[in-house]
Amino acid sequence: MDVIRAIESEQMKENAVNFHVGDTVKVHFTIKEGEKERIQVYEGLVIAIKNGGIRKTFIVRKISYGVGVERIFPVHSPRIEKIDVVRRGRVRRAKLYYIRTKIGKAAKIPELIIRKRPTV
Amino acid sequence: MLGLIGKKIGMTQVFDANGKLTPVTVIKIEDNVVVENRTVEKHGYSSCVLGSFDKKKSQTTKPYAGQFEGVCAPKKTLVEMRDFDKEAAVGEVMGVNMFKDVMFVDVVGTSKGKGFQGGMKRHGFAGGRATHGSKFHRDIGGTAMSSSPSKTFKGKKMAGRMGNERVTVQNLRVIRVDEEMQVLLVKGAIPGPAQSVVIVQKAKKK
Repeated sequence: MDVIRAIESEQMKENAVNFHVGDTVKVHFTIKEGEKERIQVYEGLVIAIKNGGIRKTFIVRKISYGVGVERIFPVHSPRIEKIDVVRRGRVRRAKLYYIRTKIGKAAKIPELIIRKRPTV
Repeated sequence: MLGLIGKKIGMTQVFDANGKLTPVTVIKIEDNVVVENRTVEKHGYSSCVLGSFDKKKSQTTKPYAGQFEGVCAPKKTLVEMRDFDKEAAVGEVMGVNMFKDVMFVDVVGTSKGKGFQGGMKRHGFAGGRATHGSKFHRDIGGTAMSSSPSKTFKGKKMAGRMGNERVTVQNLRVIRVDEEMQVLLVKGAIPGPAQSVVIVQKAKKK
């Protein structure tokens, strides 16, 4: 198993996950069109993170022209340039699959506000 | 033929040049030592006998160790490669870097034993339907004709022992050769459980 772990860790990014489930993120993803390369930004809500070493993935959901779109990104993919966190969300579970059945206000995730502890 | 003895370590995934996750099997190829060269003049055919994996001295009998005398320490696995493409003197050590310029390989291994299995799993028979009053589910069906020939022909596909046999998987793409770890990565699956001995050969049909 050590050999496999060594092979996997070669391509793994350090601190690749700088977000949590419930956050709204911008994923900068490189796309190859023939010879050309360009960066596409995909913005949406992270509804799940699935672990599995190099196979670790996360699901980003957005509503595009009234249609729900979900994309699964491998966390360690070399095609992910960077991930920006737009908004932190306050959620109480690890997987937000229930959001698929909600529309409008019910599908909203409240923003996470971290209060600083009052200094004594 | 160009081949070496290896050991299946297991499977994982790696990102290829296009950033695509590719399933790979990790094969460890320790040093292969040329134990003997068989020639047409002496043996009637030409081949190269390779040995790999060290064997404990306490587990080695004197007659077995005799084969390796003056060449190397006794090895666990001995494999004869017919018509070896490379000139290799007795005692020469070969490793993974032999596959550096090779694009595709064939891998020979022993498949996992499945025990006694029925016709559907063993030979891919269709079986019958499960519901709607059917009483014919996983049976193999008829096995022969009528009063002529009045017998079932030999070799008829039936239930029986499955797996645990020599299997060759052809044309697996070599993804990476790592000399430091003595490891070869090929795309896709190879027969057998992890830690089993496999033979990696240069692809025959590519």
